[in-house]
Amino acid sequence: MNAHTAASRRQLLQGMGALVVLISAPAEVLAQTAKITDGLPHPAELDSWIAIAADGKVTAFFGKPDVGLGVEMAIAQIVAEELDVPLDRVSIVMADTKRTCDQGGVSGSTGVQLGGAMLRGAAAEARRLLVEQASVKLGVATDKLEVRDGVVSVIGAPRKKVTYAQLIKGGRFDAKLDWNGKTGNTLLATGKAKPKTPDQYRLVGTSPKRRDIPGKVHGTYPYAADYRPPGMLHGRTIQPPVAGAKPVSVDEASIARFSRAKVLRKGDFIGVVAPREWDAIQAARTLKVTWSQGPSPLFDSETLYDHIRKAPVVKREVVQNLGAVDETLKGGGLLVEAEYEWPFQTHASMGPGCAVADVRPDGITLWNPSQKTFATAQGVAKLLGRPVESVHSIYVQGPGSYGRNDAGDACADAAVMSSLAGKPVRVQWMRADGHGWDPKGAASIHEVRAAIGADGKMAAYDYLSKGVNRMDVNTFEQDPQDFLAGQRLGFPNTPTPNFGTPEDSYVVPNRRMAWETIPKLMEGASPLRTSHLRDPLGPQIHFASESFIDECAAAAKADPVAFRLAHIQAPRHRAVIEAAAKAANWKAGPPGARRGGSGSTVTGTGFAYANRGQTIVAVVSEVEVDKTTGRVWPRRFWVAHECGLVINPDNLKLVIEGNVVHGASRALFEEVKFDADNVTTTDWISYPILGMEDAPETMEMVLLNRPDLPPSGAGEPSTRPVAAAIANAIYDATGARMRRAPFTRQRMKAALAKA
Amino acid sequence: MADQVSLTVDGKKRKVAADPRTPLLYILRDDLELNSPHFGCGLGQCGACTVQIDGKPVRSCVTPASAAEGKTVTTLIGLGTPEHPHPIQAAYIEEQTPQCGYCISGWMMTAAALLKEKPHPTDAEIREALAGLKCRCGTHMAIMRAVKRAAAMNV
Repeated sequence: MNAHTAASRRQLLQGMGALVVLISAPAEVLAQTAKITDGLPHPAELDSWIAIAADGKVTAFFGKPDVGLGVEMAIAQIVAEELDVPLDRVSIVMADTKRTCDQGGVSGSTGVQLGGAMLRGAAAEARRLLVEQASVKLGVATDKLEVRDGVVSVIGAPRKKVTYAQLIKGGRFDAKLDWNGKTGNTLLATGKAKPKTPDQYRLVGTSPKRRDIPGKVHGTYPYAADYRPPGMLHGRTIQPPVAGAKPVSVDEASIARFSRAKVLRKGDFIGVVAPREWDAIQAARTLKVTWSQGPSPLFDSETLYDHIRKAPVVKREVVQNLGAVDETLKGGGLLVEAEYEWPFQTHASMGPGCAVADVRPDGITLWNPSQKTFATAQGVAKLLGRPVESVHSIYVQGPGSYGRNDAGDACADAAVMSSLAGKPVRVQWMRADGHGWDPKGAASIHEVRAAIGADGKMAAYDYLSKGVNRMDVNTFEQDPQDFLAGQRLGFPNTPTPNFGTPEDSYVVPNRRMAWETIPKLMEGASPLRTSHLRDPLGPQIHFASESFIDECAAAAKADPVAFRLAHIQAPRHRAVIEAAAKAANWKAGPPGARRGGSGSTVTGTGFAYANRGQTIVAVVSEVEVDKTTGRVWPRRFWVAHECGLVINPDNLKLVIEGNVVHGASRALFEEVKFDADNVTTTDWISYPILGMEDAPETMEMVLLNRPDLPPSGAGEPSTRPVAAAIANAIYDATGARMRRAPFTRQRMKAALAKA
Repeated sequence: MADQVSLTVDGKKRKVAADPRTPLLYILRDDLELNSPHFGCGLGQCGACTVQIDGKPVRSCVTPASAAEGKTVTTLIGLGTPEHPHPIQAAYIEEQTPQCGYCISGWMMTAAALLKEKPHPTDAEIREALAGLKCRCGTHMAIMRAVKRAAAMNV
């Protein structure tokens, strides 16, 4: 980074407080961001990460966004902790291609796990350098100094002191960090300082309140949808009624009655813009397009699982193959077999994709709620054939995303439309675009077999996932093929087939775990293109694996918790399982033993557990099943969660609560349906989600804090055991085994009739 | 354009040159730059665009601006201020309820209307009043706690 850049970044901060500007005044941000044109922060410079202004205010530059889970506060706590400054003196600038380094975006629950580790080290290094300066200034060795609230003083002589502000005087650190040469999630640049040990923590481990919430509840917090650069047009994207159809002709006169509405067309991409939003919406609805006619590209989703079962295998990967699985399965013992089915699910964010792009000859600005601020910049640059350096991508919050939703697609659409219109364009997809065309979570079947030996333990275990590739488009949308607009503009989509198998710590001497993917359901721009949806593959894979463990316990007439523990040695895993069982006051006995209720309402309790990387979660679910209506109410939950060091326990509980409710929604309600032509679940009626009437009544949480272990992420892991915990509770309550998600009323009634 | 809409929003009289058939949402957002009602579905199904007209929650994405002509419209900004928050606003902060917060107008404006009508609703009444609203972050339980906390402030 050159000095000029640092100076301008600093000027930008002085007197305004970047965070305050971001929260209160989009117009000011517009003005400010326009000033930053002169270079980029470099990961190996401490000044790229931490700035201390002349008034002592600290700004940390964090290369990931907070999509609403409270990561901003966790990072502020970490930085304030290491620097020993009051929390309210620390502002965080998040995910901005001109102001922060590329830390990969929201990705795999790594915000605190990896992003926080980087900032922790940088803040500790800044503190070390400041204490060194204070040592010179005060003439006292560094080990005789202490820091509190940004004041360095002599231990035992508190009057001999100097503040951070007096030391740095609004200047630079001019210090190098040892950078690992990577960008993205694994970027790490370290200094010589040793961060604090957990016993020294004062702020980490406490629960200060989030700073975005007051603005949100008072209606002043700006979202990407709220940006209105001067001269901005409102854009809407035209999607084909039949997937894969291409525009043959467009009747521009058909929208003449809408004031200054205009068609923008490039290849197979069609957009409509107008100065007024309602005009753009009506024009998009009215526009007459003649579409190509061809054979229907898809089939009825009722036959999806048969399709998957019969489809040829594109790629097979055996993830684990221990011992002699086939021989042991054939060799006697109690054989348990089951197959589970999981549908396509949609992100369906609260608002459909919305972003603002200003494409000018001298540069491109994106106000972009995509989780991948930096990748979007790369993708848009390639899409428009412009150098990536010319793109300034600024994260601004959108409706919550839990993986790759449609935000990046809307951003690409806005960029294409702005390049054609020569004006800033705000694109918001309509609801049917969002449900219909956003990236989907993958559909799959899971075949599992086990042989239980005379000792009541699994002697062999064989797990196979077979599904559509989980990542037709990359969550890092750094390539035009990963945008719907890119596919419409003819960038060939060439994904790498990928699926997965369970994460747990069961020890089975003969164990095979494999996955297979099938061919794409259709070529070209598909409404069923898959990408990451919260805890990618976690819910479907562990719905199968953790339901199956329960089925094995039932076959062995064993208590499901005891059966799990009989196969697990890993102490951390055992601790989590035992903590959840204890919290729920788990009543031992085989599946069915916890049945209760009377009349048409029966109750039951189920257990499930999994890990996601280093984070371990166990969920106990108590359900009420109404045998008359088929309604399943996930009334009570108990969750034990271990993710290493806990930064902000109250916020962590809220994050877990959201995960579990989201997981319950997917288990009970969510299924993308389609016919031969297109996705048909294009609104909240046809794609129901869990509502207040079905929300759990209580959720008790046990956080197993492990200050001796680094934080390992919490944004996704607790989603994965939820569906199985509910299915196991349903079995406990009714004796009906749900092997196809979601557990709708209709399916529940059908299963009860058979049970 | 000769068309005009006159309405009172968050205590201020406003006149907007617009086709009165335009859904109120776009008048509030694009003309008056009151951004708290959000576009969620445009179908009246999710509630993200909810405002109150004369104290009653309405889905502004499917309500023509003419329906607010001469009436009082309240958004989150008019519900309370940081200095004098509405109990539901204070409770939302206390409970740290929202995650992304995009759906927040639906829940808060509906809950505020409920609490006015029934200062001490039962759990079942809260669930019934809030049924049909959407939240994708899964904050339902935190919303429930906030509404109950706000009700407890109603003495």
